[in-house]
Amino acid sequence: MMDTSTLLALVQDGVVNGAIYALLALALVLVFAVTRTIFIPVGEIVSFAALTYAGLDGKTTPPVLALTMGLGLVAFLRGAVKARGRALMILALETLGLPATVTAIVMAVVPMQLGIVANAAIAILCVAPLAPLLYRIAFAPLAEASVLVLLIASVGAHLALSGLGLLVFGPEGARGDAFSDAVLEMGPIILPGQAIWVLAATLATMIGLWAFFRFTLAGAALRATAINRRGARLVGIATDQAGLHAFWLAGLIAAVSGVLIAPLTTIYYDGGFLIGLKGFVAAIVGGLVSYPLAALAAIAVGILESFAAFQASAFKEVIVFAGIIPVLLWRSLRHVSVEDEE
Amino acid sequence: MLTRHRIALLAATIVAGLGFGAARADTIKVGITFSATGPAASLGIPEANSVALFPKQIGGADVEYIMLDDGSDTGRAVANTRKLIDENNVDIIFGSTVSPAAISMVSVAAEKKVPMIAAAASGAIIAPMDDNRHWVFKTPQNDGLMADAIVENMVKQGIKSVAFIGFNDAYGDGWLKEFTRSSKAAGIALVDAEKFARQDTSVTAQTLKMIAAKPQAVLIAGSGPAPALPQRTLKERGYRGLIYQTHGVANTEFLKIGGKDVEGTLLPTGPYLIAEQLPDSNPVKAVALDYKKRYEDKYGAGTASTFGANANDCERLFEAAVPGALAKAKPGTPEFRAALRDGIEGLHGVVLDHGVATMSPTDHNGFDTSARVMVKIENGAWKLLP
Repeated sequence: MMDTSTLLALVQDGVVNGAIYALLALALVLVFAVTRTIFIPVGEIVSFAALTYAGLDGKTTPPVLALTMGLGLVAFLRGAVKARGRALMILALETLGLPATVTAIVMAVVPMQLGIVANAAIAILCVAPLAPLLYRIAFAPLAEASVLVLLIASVGAHLALSGLGLLVFGPEGARGDAFSDAVLEMGPIILPGQAIWVLAATLATMIGLWAFFRFTLAGAALRATAINRRGARLVGIATDQAGLHAFWLAGLIAAVSGVLIAPLTTIYYDGGFLIGLKGFVAAIVGGLVSYPLAALAAIAVGILESFAAFQASAFKEVIVFAGIIPVLLWRSLRHVSVEDEE
Repeated sequence: MLTRHRIALLAATIVAGLGFGAARADTIKVGITFSATGPAASLGIPEANSVALFPKQIGGADVEYIMLDDGSDTGRAVANTRKLIDENNVDIIFGSTVSPAAISMVSVAAEKKVPMIAAAASGAIIAPMDDNRHWVFKTPQNDGLMADAIVENMVKQGIKSVAFIGFNDAYGDGWLKEFTRSSKAAGIALVDAEKFARQDTSVTAQTLKMIAAKPQAVLIAGSGPAPALPQRTLKERGYRGLIYQTHGVANTEFLKIGGKDVEGTLLPTGPYLIAEQLPDSNPVKAVALDYKKRYEDKYGAGTASTFGANANDCERLFEAAVPGALAKAKPGTPEFRAALRDGIEGLHGVVLDHGVATMSPTDHNGFDTSARVMVKIENGAWKLLP
């Protein structure tokens, strides 16, 4: 039934999809480690970035900017109740100034039609700020709440963004232009250019993250907050800022994955959720703490999905999501008190 | 003080409203539930848009349209139906957009004895005929009619083996069932049947399996632009056989997103899609072009879709039955609703946007083979095949 070339093609397909899941798994682990939030809206960021990238035609301003500016305004009003003086100014800069600057830059750059890489950058720039703005609106005020409360806030943010997505992008799906039409043929392996881009971008992001955590002060602060929130605060780390940085990174990573999948398939306003969910499965395998485990698990999820689709396409999702049950059982037997906070 | 003032105002409004209602006893009320949001929004929005084009007066009576959104959700569609009947006292229901919702609405319409015209496609909405479906009609063509058109074309092209890949939902399952029946009768072998989902980022695995079965043609059964993905993957993997799609892709987004990958695709559709290419002798042409023009005058060129035409057909069926029902009873009474139902069931040769319908006590769709044509995608446009 299955010859070598089919086997190779399935593995290759699984690895490419798995790479996307790996990026999302990293974003989820990062956000959870630093803020204890399970960042469900990561899927919306993926779809919005994909739709924004696909919608860039050199004429229209990306509609998502209205959403970015709107969320910025809400975040400002939310924070302005408490902030005074210099804090208020910084808040205004980050919630009003930044989206406005992004809008100005994008409106200036879009008509120039600088090509596909520039378009990818524009899409990422437009969409990535949604994550930190969401943090300011929904998660920062709940920083001390339980994981369950944060999860509920996260579900709420997911539902709200999904509804706004329909409003902003409409119900039609879209597909972006491929970064390259080249097809690399190595014997039985047919590797489309986009697949190479996905793998390269995933590797680059992982190396970038590693370098950020290893060599920068902000990265060290994130790690410290993730290891022990109270301890980090005792040594003078602003854990609120760390949370904001974590969401920034997650937003960037999710937007990058969105742009990467835009040429692979038709994306709808609600299509990112399922992709994010598969990243979540991988993140769970990594116990929501281990980056390498989560990344490996994501590749495994991709390959499992590919083989499941070949053998029994009707039950593909069932097989993938059922895979999480033995992992959860195993984890709950090994670590009795994972759920304990701080 | 303020509250008392407000209550007085509210009371005045209510009284005025009642007076207004009483003065308009001859108004026919139409309750509509379409899926303007949710997964089927790309179908539901042109349907909801079409409501604004419906006539405000039929046969001398005023017509009031009350439209609700069911979010493509079965529960909400049923709740909307109850609300429209119980609170708004409507004489007829149009909707829903999606088959599972429409199927669940059937028993409510029958329980309240209110006729219903669905804009959803599944044959299960109107068949097999029973006491509940007695009250229910639908405008989109049955999947079976479309499947027969594909099989007929396959026989003409001498195809003996076909692989199938369909949506992992009611649409794909319905097609698989109808296509299996129709192809079996024609002696065509179904060598592989696969599933995929609208949100899938890759269908490489399913494609490889289909190609391994060496079919002469592949039938892809999905709706919206998503079915372009299997077709592109088939090309990428070097498949050279014929590719058939279903009428679920008869929308401009599919052409836009599919691009050169979908050139040469064969699919069945209602005549509305290629109304301009129909001969003038075809009665559907004038009706379809009229709707298209009115829609595009209001919403912009290139915006009209076959789904909106399905909604327009709901209204056309209703409109054709109103004069007879008005002669028998007053709107708002159970007698009027029964007369309306009997009237629709008795319609003979009504020209709709998607064909000519002749209803009967056993057939509440009424379309014959005039309601489907085969088209081919050529140079990014639909081309009618003889």
